[in-house]
This record gives sequence, structure tokens and C-alpha cells, in this order.
Amino acid sequence: MSAIVKVDRLEKTYADGFQALSSVSLDIAHGEVLALLGPNGAGKTTLISTICGLVQPTGGSVHVDGHDIAADYRQARALIGLVPQEITLEPFDKVISSVRFSRGLFGKPRDEAHIERTLRQLSLWDKRNSRIKELSGGMKRRVLIAKALAHEPRILFLDEPTAGVDVELRRGMWDTVAGLKADGVTIILTTHYIEEAEAIADRVGVINKGRILLVEDKDKLMARMGRKQLRIELHEPLTALPEGLSGHDLELVDDGAALVYTYDTAGPRTGITRLLSDLAAAGIVLRDIQTSQSSLEDIFVGLVQEEDAA
Amino acid sequence: MTGPNWRGIGAIYRFEMSRFFRTLLQSFVSPVISTSLYFVVFGAAIGSRIEQVEGVSYGAFIVPGLVMLTVMTQSITNASFGIYFPKFIGTIYELLSAPVNFLEIVLGYVGAAATKALFIGTVIMVTASMFVEMQVMHPFAMVAFLMLTCVSFALFGFIIGIWAENFEQLQLVPLLIVTPLVFLGGSFYSISMLPPAWQTVTMFNPVVYLISGFRWSFYGVADVPIGLSLLAIGLFLGLCMAAVWWIFRSGWRLRP
Ligand SMILES: Nc1ncnc2c1ncn2[C@@H]1O[C@H](COP(=O)(O)OP(=O)(O)O)[C@@H](O)[C@H]1O
Ligand SMILES: [Mg+2]
Repeated sequence: MSAIVKVDRLEKTYADGFQALSSVSLDIAHGEVLALLGPNGAGKTTLISTICGLVQPTGGSVHVDGHDIAADYRQARALIGLVPQEITLEPFDKVISSVRFSRGLFGKPRDEAHIERTLRQLSLWDKRNSRIKELSGGMKRRVLIAKALAHEPRILFLDEPTAGVDVELRRGMWDTVAGLKADGVTIILTTHYIEEAEAIADRVGVINKGRILLVEDKDKLMARMGRKQLRIELHEPLTALPEGLSGHDLELVDDGAALVYTYDTAGPRTGITRLLSDLAAAGIVLRDIQTSQSSLEDIFVGLVQEEDAA
Repeated sequence: MTGPNWRGIGAIYRFEMSRFFRTLLQSFVSPVISTSLYFVVFGAAIGSRIEQVEGVSYGAFIVPGLVMLTVMTQSITNASFGIYFPKFIGTIYELLSAPVNFLEIVLGYVGAAATKALFIGTVIMVTASMFVEMQVMHPFAMVAFLMLTCVSFALFGFIIGIWAENFEQLQLVPLLIVTPLVFLGGSFYSISMLPPAWQTVTMFNPVVYLISGFRWSFYGVADVPIGLSLLAIGLFLGLCMAAVWWIFRSGWRLRP
């Protein structure tokens, strides 16, 4: 994996003494979509803001395509586009002049063709001469993206791009991300919606209390941590688990009306066959059976709870 | 990208000027009206009692002070508002994440604020010339003084804009410090007209040196030596530059 962003033992302690990032190390690969998943206050915005130059780190380093963000900030920042979490725009500005301003600020020569392409891609071309205060929330968010893309960055940071956005707009945003990825842009987005990470990310990083708990391929993560559950509805409710079944990872639920068996999909064998024969031997009659697979959500909640308990 | 980010400076400058052009009429009409009022009140009412100050008619004598008063307040207001507003609504994130250094940011904001103040100063001088006979003995010095004042006070305003955490603070410094200093700085009188004790106190007012130097460029009369005036404004400019350099280096009120 060739990393375009290398974060090495990054630390941030705010002026009030609060440590928002503790030794965060993270490599972001060329062209990938990385979702940073974490509850509110985990340090997602702090991490992004530090990489983009809005927050001063108190330790560690960040390199963007080999450029140190402090020493070579010009080269580093020229490669980055940032879409902040809050919608912050000049209300009286026109859409197109706001996007042109962003391009100029990053030192790029005028390129009306690029600006038109960007605005069309984000369905803003018809609104190019509208004042920003006249736009809906979803459009404003897209203006922020257009501004971030105005200087043709190779890396795009999206801080909670779909927070408080309805389902339809969220899907639109996912399509936008997919389109940008196809153009070769590396995308880092933060979210606390698991389904979002599941839908668009190549890799998922879980962050809590300023620490990265894990970073892994989304599919591998699902496979490694993915546990399946077998739910067995019983004909007659049980008051306790019979002796002969104590060797299985079983739980009695719904006042004894059902059994839940948890097993690892990645294990050598599931143990289902033996469980079923042991059930028959114990004289238990089954009414129904269903399986369910844990989602990223379960994985995430599990990780964060482990961390909180520690 | 190598060398200064000229396009970045230009983008900031144009953005700041566009607000000025949107309200051009207002920017033009209000100094014309206020200048005319000053001449009606000070020139006609007081001027009829005070014939001449240091050999210059009173009406003409107050023109440099009047220009300075407006130019200083305009420079401060424009620059402080220019940087305060993005900080207030949050759009400053873009500036802080862009490949621009502090000098480029300052050139954009301070350049625009100084341009506006310069424009308004010129409008006032033209308006004033319709009321009184004016002469400019040292035109180059006059332009230089005017520009130096615009730039250094815009720089000062820029610092205020970064320092201010609310609108009250933003208006506090111009209102409570700058306006009194300008009024007491000999805008409308010669320092030699004050009792000796007050003359000494006045020498601690930095604005005295600017107004005196500026007036010298018009009529060749000054309260303090011209070299001292230049030194004073140079010192002020240097102090403001150092402060801005430190602000961006330390991230004070900009980068947590
Ligand atoms: N400027 C600041 N000063 C002090 N604490 C801050 C500051 N900004 C953020 N924090 C704290 O740092 C923690 C992480 O915040 P943030 O990075 O915004 O989290 P997230 O984006 O994951 O919700 C929070 O506890 C927040 O209160
Ligand atoms: Mg956040």
C-alpha cells in the first residue's frame, strides 16, 4: 500500500488541558475511501482539522504525499480539500464566485471549464448565480464540496457529510463520493452512521476517546469480527439449560421460549450439526430456526464498550 | 507552486473589495456629507471667530486633520471587520487550510482596507477643496503619509479583528481609543494653542505626530519636526507587523 497521508503518533492537547488525540498513527492509501467511525467527541474533527492545518498538533507528525504539514505546508495543503462539519459560507456570496474564490486562494489559475464541471457534477450549475443564503441545506453542503474541489485536490476530507441529512440526500452524497473515487480522489470521511461506512468505505477506522482502535479493510473486518447467530424457537419453554447442552455457547432468551447460539463464521467448523444432535438427545423439540449476521454496528458498539470498560 | 501565492492574495483582495463595490454609493456619499457638515459647523461657525492658525485659514487648516480622522477610522473599521466576520461565521477555515502565509493574508486584507480608506480620503480632499482654498506644498510627502497611515491603521484594525471575540469588542477600540486620540491629536487645532501642561501630555499621543506630519505636507507648518513624524509612523507600522507575525506564528485566537 502506498500511503498518500501518513499520520505518525499525532497528539493534540487543547489549551484547557483536554487531550483530544493520543498517539494517533494512520496511513491513508492512494485512491481509497476511508471512513473514520466514532461517537461524538471521539476526536474525528480534531484529527481532520490537524491534518488540514486548522489545529496545531502538540506532538507527532503528518506527511501528505511526503510533505510535512508544518514545514512544507504549501505543498501539503495544495493537495488537500476540506469540507468542514458545520456549514460555513458567506451568505451574500454567489455560488460561482465563492467557488472561484476558493480556487484563487489555493493559487490556481482561473479555469472556468473545471468550475463548470465541478458545479455540474454536484448539480449546482443551475444555481451558480444564486446567492448562498437562498439555497437549501443540502445544496449548501454541496457548495462546500464544490469549494473544496475547486483547486483539484488529490485528497478530500469530508467531516460528517451526511449528519442531519435525509435518506435521499444521503444516498446522493454516497453517489458523489463514488464518483470522486472513480476520478482518483482519495477520500477520508468521518461519520457516526455505521451504514454509511458500510455502504461506501474501502477501509474503516474506529476512533474513540482520541485513540484509533483499529483500521481494517471493511470486508475483512466484517469477516474477522463477523459473528453469526442462530436463533432457535422452542416448542415448549425451558426454565434452565439442560445439562447435556452446557458445552455450547448458548443463551436462553424470551423467558425460555428461544435459544440463541453464537458462532464464528471464520472458525473451522460452526458446531451446528453437533448442537442439533445434542438438542435432539436432550429431547428438545424445535419450532423454528433463523440465522443473523452481525453488522459493522455490532462490531463498533462492541469495540467501544470494550474500550470504555478498560 | 513556488514563490508567493499571488493568486491567493488577489482572491482575498478582490473578495474584500467586492463588498466595497456593492455599497459604493454609500461609501461615496457618506464621507461627502460628513465632510460638508464639518465645514458648515467647524469652518463656518468656529472659523468666523478664529481667522487663521499659523498663517493658514482655519477652514484649510482642519482639512488634513479631517482626512486623517476619517482615514484612520475607516482603515481600522474595514480591516477589523474584514477578518472578524469570517472568524465569526466560520468561513475562516478556508483561509487557515489554504497554502497562504501570514504575509499574503495580511496583504490581501490590509491592502483592501487601505485601498478603501485611501479612496474615501481622496473623496474628502476633493470635497474639501470645494469649500476652501487648499494647497499641497509637498505632494509626494502627502501621498506617502496618507498611504502609510492607511496601511498601518489597517494593520492595527486587522489585529483588533483577530483579538475581538464579539461585536462590542470590535467597536470598542475605535470608539474608546482611536476617536479620542484623533480628536485630541490636533485635528482641529494647533498644539501650540493649548496650555503648556497639556502640550506636554499631548506629546504622548501618537496621532499628534501623524497629523502634524500630514499637515506639514500641505502647508509646511508642523507641531513636531517632520523626521519625528516619520519615525512615529514607521515605529507604529513596525509594531503592528511584529504583532501580526507573532499572531500567526503562535496561532493566537486563530488556531487552537
Ligand atoms: N478548541 C477546543 N478546546 C478544547 N476542547 C476541544 C476543542 N475542540 C474540541 N474539543 C474537545 O475535543 C474532543 C473531541 O472533539 P471533536 O474532535 O470535535 O470530536 P468529534 O468530531 O469526533 O465529535 C471533545 O471532547 C471536544 O469537547
Ligand atoms: Mg466532529
